[in-house]
Amino acid sequence: MNNNSFNLAYRDRGTWLDRASGATKLLAFIFLSGISMIVLDTRFLIFLVILSLIVLKISRVKFSEVSFLIKLVVFFMIINLLMIYVLAPGYGAQLYHSKDIIFGSGPYALTKQELLYLVNISLEYFVAVPLALIFLLTTNPSEFASGLNRIGISYKISYAVSLALRYIPDVTKEYQQISLSQQARGNEISKKAGFFKRLRGAAAILVPLLLSSIDRIESVSQAMELRRFGAKKKRSWYFAEQLKAVDWLVLFIVLLIMIGGVILLVVNGGRFWNPFIH
Amino acid sequence: MPAVTFKNVNFKYRVQSQATLHDVSFAFDYGEKIIIAGPSGSGKTTIGHLINGLIPQSFPGNLDGQILVNDQDVSKLDIFNLSFAVATVLQDTDAQFVGMTVAEDVSFLLENENIDHQTLLKKTNHWLTELNLQSVKNHHPQELSGGQKQRVSMAGVLSSDSKILLFDEPLANLDPAAGRAAIQLISQLQKKLNLTVIIIEHRLEEALKIQADKLVIVSRGKIIANDTPDRVLQSGVVSQVGLREPLYLTALKKAGFDLSLEKHLTDLSSLNQELVSKKISNWLNTQISVKKPNPGQLILSIKNLFFSYPKQSVFKDFNLDFYAGQITAIVGKNGSGKSTFSNLVTGFLKQDSGQIFFDGQSLDSLSVKERADKIGYVLQNPNQMISQNIVFDEVAYGLKLREVNPEEIKTRVRRVLKISGLDSMRHWPVSALSFGQKKRVTIASVLVLEPQILLLDEPTAGQDYLNYRSIMNFVASLNREHHTSIIVITHDMHLMLEYADRALALVDGKILADDRPAVLLSNLELLKEASLAPTSLYNLARFSQVDPIKLSERLVESEADL
Repeated sequence: MNNNSFNLAYRDRGTWLDRASGATKLLAFIFLSGISMIVLDTRFLIFLVILSLIVLKISRVKFSEVSFLIKLVVFFMIINLLMIYVLAPGYGAQLYHSKDIIFGSGPYALTKQELLYLVNISLEYFVAVPLALIFLLTTNPSEFASGLNRIGISYKISYAVSLALRYIPDVTKEYQQISLSQQARGNEISKKAGFFKRLRGAAAILVPLLLSSIDRIESVSQAMELRRFGAKKKRSWYFAEQLKAVDWLVLFIVLLIMIGGVILLVVNGGRFWNPFIH
Repeated sequence: MPAVTFKNVNFKYRVQSQATLHDVSFAFDYGEKIIIAGPSGSGKTTIGHLINGLIPQSFPGNLDGQILVNDQDVSKLDIFNLSFAVATVLQDTDAQFVGMTVAEDVSFLLENENIDHQTLLKKTNHWLTELNLQSVKNHHPQELSGGQKQRVSMAGVLSSDSKILLFDEPLANLDPAAGRAAIQLISQLQKKLNLTVIIIEHRLEEALKIQADKLVIVSRGKIIANDTPDRVLQSGVVSQVGLREPLYLTALKKAGFDLSLEKHLTDLSSLNQELVSKKISNWLNTQISVKKPNPGQLILSIKNLFFSYPKQSVFKDFNLDFYAGQITAIVGKNGSGKSTFSNLVTGFLKQDSGQIFFDGQSLDSLSVKERADKIGYVLQNPNQMISQNIVFDEVAYGLKLREVNPEEIKTRVRRVLKISGLDSMRHWPVSALSFGQKKRVTIASVLVLEPQILLLDEPTAGQDYLNYRSIMNFVASLNREHHTSIIVITHDMHLMLEYADRALALVDGKILADDRPAVLLSNLELLKEASLAPTSLYNLARFSQVDPIKLSERLVESEADL
């Protein structure tokens, strides 16, 4: 059991990032990772990676809290890169209209162009992942719900999202309790057991977890109805703070970066910065 | 006009074949305090659901007769309109905590009313102050005590300005001291805000402290009694329907005191002190000699244990021994280390240093699975343990996973099922069982591994008297006939008094007391420190000027005679 893998929850870490609105952080995440996917200019991507790593540092999110997720993402990234190389080893050369072989020969020769393309793809990951983590870990779910509602999403959906985030720690705790009691019964779910054994073992945990989650959903929906959730078309929010200076500043910086990206698109004459043609 | 009126109400849930309520009629006036009591399945919760509108909103069924709340026919109101009239505090305080923090949860109802932000903050603030929650307003639900959670629930519904407040088993999830505080708080609020308070509860000893105007007894869907608590207690109907009457009344009865002549049974001081004293003293003299079996050998020993969570130290140099063949109760307020203790013993958590010995052998190198062969752990909620559909398979599960041969599995499972009184139900789906039966299935499924120690976490929480008796008598018979050592973690002072040989008060990671239950229950200072409360026997002992320890032990003994 790796308990650290479940620490993905909001906690006030006392930085300006916690005070910024959830909607702002969501927009910043979407726009910055979006532009990083469009503008494949290595210089621009390195700038964005540095920026998002600095912001992650500022957010005071500890590596131990996110290590599991980062390992998972790195794993998928490597698979992604390998697949690109296996399926399209000549894609870089095609993109950059040139071919400088570093070593090897034949179709799987590694070219500088392919390498640059793969570096760009990895950089995209390093832009998006820290930003996503910052958004997830510094955003108070209820505040986020009110933010979503403000940008026009129905309050029932907004609240459902925040409730889901709110129950992550509870369900996690329950999962651990059930899993341990199953282990005590002799249900081996560690790596020692074979695949099918583990699969059956997992089912034995999921059944009680599902049943108790259904119980929980039932009581929560009763509690919500008894307090008139859904009675009116609109609702107000305890965390209904207006966008603050910090939000406008963040959005302004995001806008500047977007403009920078668009300028690069024009200067580079397309999505790709091509250092190979002089 | 009355606040709540039922006129010849019959109700049948759509999913059930039998009607739950039969011809129920009553009227509760404004400003009254009413307790509705009855055993599990009597229909008392159904009455609550009918008052607050969860029927038919969440539980459809056939209703006839008439229900009026604030003189309005509820069949013409939906749950939203009804919630203006009746504020409901549900039993499970965790489940009704919807907001991320205390302040948000308190404001939840106001948010749904789309009240403007300024008024919302003002009103939320008002109720936070009223229920003494200002200091925790930014806390998360996990960081609150049971009593605080309940206060949050109350603030969250009182903000609707409803004048009728309905509680569904408010005492079920609280430790004894918090339960007392809750009753006191409800009483104060009732007076201050002139509320009508309806409490659905089967723990009469604690609930009657609210000095209710009415006690309604429900049994099998019918109203059996509806009168002042004094008269209802006098009639003796409480024990007839399978509820537990306050302990002091049981003791008085056993001592030969005629309750049917007394007009104010809820007030001990109204009784003839001289007569009570004489009867009780005589009864104590009939005590059969205390025949406590000597404790057996040392079976579980905890030595120099240290354990801390990342932010909080729980055990510092903790030492504790358990002896074979005893029933030991561990009591103490929430968060004092009881669950951590069981998690360390079962191997769910690893201690920082120190050792745990079972029968002289260190448990450190053993896995969770291997420890379970020696120490069986039964979780509080059976639904968290049960993973198979059929009773037999559920009990056999642990043996199957240990690859015991099928013939042996069959004999062992049948044997355990017979001990548990479940043999005739072995082909039943688990979902068809009652809570008490499910609890027995989970105990059986742990027992089948033949552990020498059974560790039970809150085995009777939220259970009525009959279920409580059936579960605990089963546990006691295991102890008596199969010499299984039992460790029970509990909030229930009755359980500790009636079943335990030894009581441990665990507070903030330290053992504050280690004694006979009756002795522990007579130490007021200690009880306060451990967030426990004395039973009504203590008051009776004081009133009749006898030793409270003797009185408690005499009562337990006389109950065991039955």
